[in-house]
Amino acid sequence: MALQDKDRIFTNLYGYQPWNLAAAQARGDWDNTKALLERGQDGIIQEIKDSGLRGRGGAGFPTGMKWSFMPKESKDGRPSFLVINADESEPGSCKDREIIRHDPHKLLEGALVAGFAMRARAAYIYIRGEYIREAETLFAARDEAYAAGLLGKNACGSGYDFDVFVHRGAGAYICGEETAMIESLEGKKGQPRLKPPFPAGAGLYGCPTTVNNVESIAVAPTILRRSAAWFSSFGRENNKGTKLFQISGHVNKPCVVEEEMSIPFSELIEKHCGGIRGGRDNLLAVIPGGSSVPLVPAAEIWDAPMDFDGLKAVGSGLGTAAVIVMDKSTDIVRAISRLSYFYKHESCGQCTPCREGTGWMWRVMERLRTGDADVSEIDMLQQVTKQVEGHTICALGDAAAWPIQGLIRHFRPEIERRIAERADVREAAE
Amino acid sequence: MPKVKVDGVELEVPAGATVLQACELAGKEIPRFCYHERLSIAGNCRMCLVEVKPGPPKPQASCALPASEGQEIRTDSEMVKKAREGVMEFLLINHPLDCPICDQGGECDLQDQSVAYGRGASRYHEHKRAVTEKYMGPLIKTTMTRCIHCTRCVRFSEEVAGVDEIGALYRGEGMQISTYLEKAAKHELSANVIDLCPVGALTSKPYAFEARPWELKKTLSIDVSDALGSNIRLDSRGREVLRALPRVNDDVNEEWLSDRGRYMVDGLTRRRLDKPWLRRDGKLVAATWAEAFDAVAKINPGASVAVIAGDLVDCETMFAAKKLAGALGSSLLEGRQTGLAYDCSNLAAVNFNSTLAGIEDADAVLIVGSMVRDEAPLLNTRLRKAVKKGAKVFIVGPHWDPTYPATFLGDDLAVLGNLPADVADLFGKAQKPAIIVGGGALAKGALAPALAFSAQFNLVRDGWNGFNVVHMAASRMGGLMLGYAQKGGIADLVAAKPKMVISLGADEVDFTKFAGSMIVHIGHHGDKAAHAADVILPAAAFSEKDGTYVNTEGRVQYAEKAVFAPGDAREDWTILRAMADALGVSVGFDSFEQLRAAMVAEVPALGVEGLADYGALPAAPADAKAEGVIGYPIKDRYLTNAIGRASPTLQRCSAELLHGETFAEAAE
Repeated sequence: MALQDKDRIFTNLYGYQPWNLAAAQARGDWDNTKALLERGQDGIIQEIKDSGLRGRGGAGFPTGMKWSFMPKESKDGRPSFLVINADESEPGSCKDREIIRHDPHKLLEGALVAGFAMRARAAYIYIRGEYIREAETLFAARDEAYAAGLLGKNACGSGYDFDVFVHRGAGAYICGEETAMIESLEGKKGQPRLKPPFPAGAGLYGCPTTVNNVESIAVAPTILRRSAAWFSSFGRENNKGTKLFQISGHVNKPCVVEEEMSIPFSELIEKHCGGIRGGRDNLLAVIPGGSSVPLVPAAEIWDAPMDFDGLKAVGSGLGTAAVIVMDKSTDIVRAISRLSYFYKHESCGQCTPCREGTGWMWRVMERLRTGDADVSEIDMLQQVTKQVEGHTICALGDAAAWPIQGLIRHFRPEIERRIAERADVREAAE
Repeated sequence: MPKVKVDGVELEVPAGATVLQACELAGKEIPRFCYHERLSIAGNCRMCLVEVKPGPPKPQASCALPASEGQEIRTDSEMVKKAREGVMEFLLINHPLDCPICDQGGECDLQDQSVAYGRGASRYHEHKRAVTEKYMGPLIKTTMTRCIHCTRCVRFSEEVAGVDEIGALYRGEGMQISTYLEKAAKHELSANVIDLCPVGALTSKPYAFEARPWELKKTLSIDVSDALGSNIRLDSRGREVLRALPRVNDDVNEEWLSDRGRYMVDGLTRRRLDKPWLRRDGKLVAATWAEAFDAVAKINPGASVAVIAGDLVDCETMFAAKKLAGALGSSLLEGRQTGLAYDCSNLAAVNFNSTLAGIEDADAVLIVGSMVRDEAPLLNTRLRKAVKKGAKVFIVGPHWDPTYPATFLGDDLAVLGNLPADVADLFGKAQKPAIIVGGGALAKGALAPALAFSAQFNLVRDGWNGFNVVHMAASRMGGLMLGYAQKGGIADLVAAKPKMVISLGADEVDFTKFAGSMIVHIGHHGDKAAHAADVILPAAAFSEKDGTYVNTEGRVQYAEKAVFAPGDAREDWTILRAMADALGVSVGFDSFEQLRAAMVAEVPALGVEGLADYGALPAAPADAKAEGVIGYPIKDRYLTNAIGRASPTLQRCSAELLHGETFAEAAE
């Protein structure tokens, strides 16, 4: 049973209709938003909590609970802020982009609703620097919303003043980390901060801040309109709702599609992507949640439910639901090595294990790719990933370590084969 | 006061302490690179990882984690050992193993900690990173390949010095610490980053390849380059002082030192007076000690003697000269060489009463005629801290960049009696208001109106004294305690037309006014006074004698002798003692101990290390008024005294950093 059209939140995901305000309103956005706000802050947060919505940025932290951490009243005069993370840079991820360029008013309305619920003075949308057209659309959509009185002073006639600022990034992956994003917004070098203090206590400009993913914010108004019960009718327990899946790689029709959570991998691929290139038997492995999660080999992924817990059970994670499918033509070691290069390139350089470790791991991976290594170096590499994982300020160290750990766990024979082959060639040459 | 358990030992730690501090209280050593007590917490080196329960099942950075009730901290578990070994291995993979040619060798945190916490061998066989050298000016030598990116230097520049000069460029492995566009680090505390650097990335350029730390004799001394009396350590080898390093003293210099104080030591071996000189037919000719004393005896001044103390002399020298003048029947003593003549009848009125550490608590500060960054660099860091805590600073005098927000109230002293209403209002409401009077203002007679200001705003109150004068000469407060002050300042000496003027290293005096006097110069450098002198008696610099110094807050401190004076030069007191014999009078001491005992008997405060008590502030004179445009006396912050002027390093600093001359690095 797949998601029916009537239950889709993102009704203009493919841009068949214009993105502008009139079209968005025709699709139901900004429809009596004032009434949503009149439910009150606690009412909104409770509804989101009841819906079981978990953060769509990768970590899967319950969104309603996150909002409830914000201070109910400002004791020292500091305002609160909402920061919306549109710095979508995870390799494989491309959902926020679709939302922003085709349905920006969902995001803006969500910003108002979420900002109001957490008593924020303003929302900052931090959009990835490379998203040039998307940023243009977002700026224009914001201006439309201001002109229509939906944002700004007395937003939607609710009596609540709320501003939305759009800030363009400069092309650093690490600025997608919430505290690095806050640093970057403040005009500093994008480097993650130490926690504690957490952003909800001292975030942007030292004020209480919540950082949410674009998708988490954009679905909020629809949840409020159609009720928590409706949203939680999809997916398994603890993994509720609908989700944008982004399938790329060796499928016949790569796509971004909104589907129910917990849909089995096989159904997702067969129904929306026209199946694996060369048929099911040609599947080698899948990275189910964007480059930061370990890969899962074909046999284990096929029937796995695509949700937080289901993918955790097969040793991976849902991440941003950026499903990278690799068939048997893939040089799997090279693929992971390329990811290692990415993390080496994007490490901020602040803390030691990640700064030094990502480069080391990439260099060893490159040698494993060609087989120019010793078998014992596989274990050494495994140890190095363990020395990075969990020793860093932010999660980039973990993200750099996991793909390699996944590779060693599932494809060790392949690595050993290459080393042996290379040794044979060398021997023959002598 | 949370209770925590460190390796099974329960202890109570102060509220707000970090886990790292808790471990230190428990006597456990926690290795660290980026953490520094006086800088903000960066948490980026990851060397201080410990295991903490309750918490996530991974090691935690102890420097950034607050200690809380019931924590169980382990510093000796397998997890911690592995974490430290791992971080150490990462730090070393891109660190060149060039310890044999590295100046940090022997005092390198990375060396020490890799011995203690490392694994012994590296498994890294790839190419190492190399980073080009960065130009950071004449004081800081960089070898950036050695950098471990702890960012201490960055944080020091931003937080303590208050200038955004050093920062990080690029990211990941490619991250580099650099000055903006590789311009020289120009501020007056720049060389402290050398001490802060835990590795050999930033080392001292003038000291490059001079010595290894274990070859050096370490002597405790006091910095004489300004009136703050920063505590320093002189590192010497043989007869040469090779470098000066700050010592920790939270009351005075914390653990910083101004560039001027740090680098003037290489002037100690240059332009020295190492034998007596006599002026014959208008020319100075070398002489023996016997000839020199004969010449002094020949002057036979009777009671017509005046003594001028220079900026760098110790109390013992001044006391010995005072005794000599007294034995001859004169009390014409003066230390304020440039002609200042403020009232010294009550020393509390010319003292830094808030104390250097205390000024941090001030919430409203009025600086009158002091370019603090030049005159007392480390006072400026204290003021910066006060501003960070919320203090408002107002400055009377020409504009300068204080590194913190401050309001300039114009150049004219008249504003002191006519403050803008909002400023007056602020001082009226302040809990701990303070005034700081500098030399530029004292020259225009600002002392009396400053006292009136003090009375008006009640600067002296329970537990707080906000009246401060900041001096520039290391000898000033000691000199004033010993009576080196005439009512009319040095003009009184000129008017007395003394037959003999004894200059105790008085290199800032305009000797043309003493044209009729025989000038006997007891000094260590061939500087201004030597050119005017008729008899030059070579003496010891501050590093070559034991001595007592009193800083601008009235803190009595002792310096020790590090090396012997060069050539025929002698310690000052012995010269004065021999002069007494030559002039046929008795000064009442034959040894340094006797001299010091006599001095303490006369001024007991000089016998006790610590703050001298000058009593209560005097009442302001009724007609307290002053006006006039303030000028700052220091024109070149690097060349303020004879030693500094002789120092090639400071000469270069002056030429390059202040006067914009370019220096081509020798091609290597």
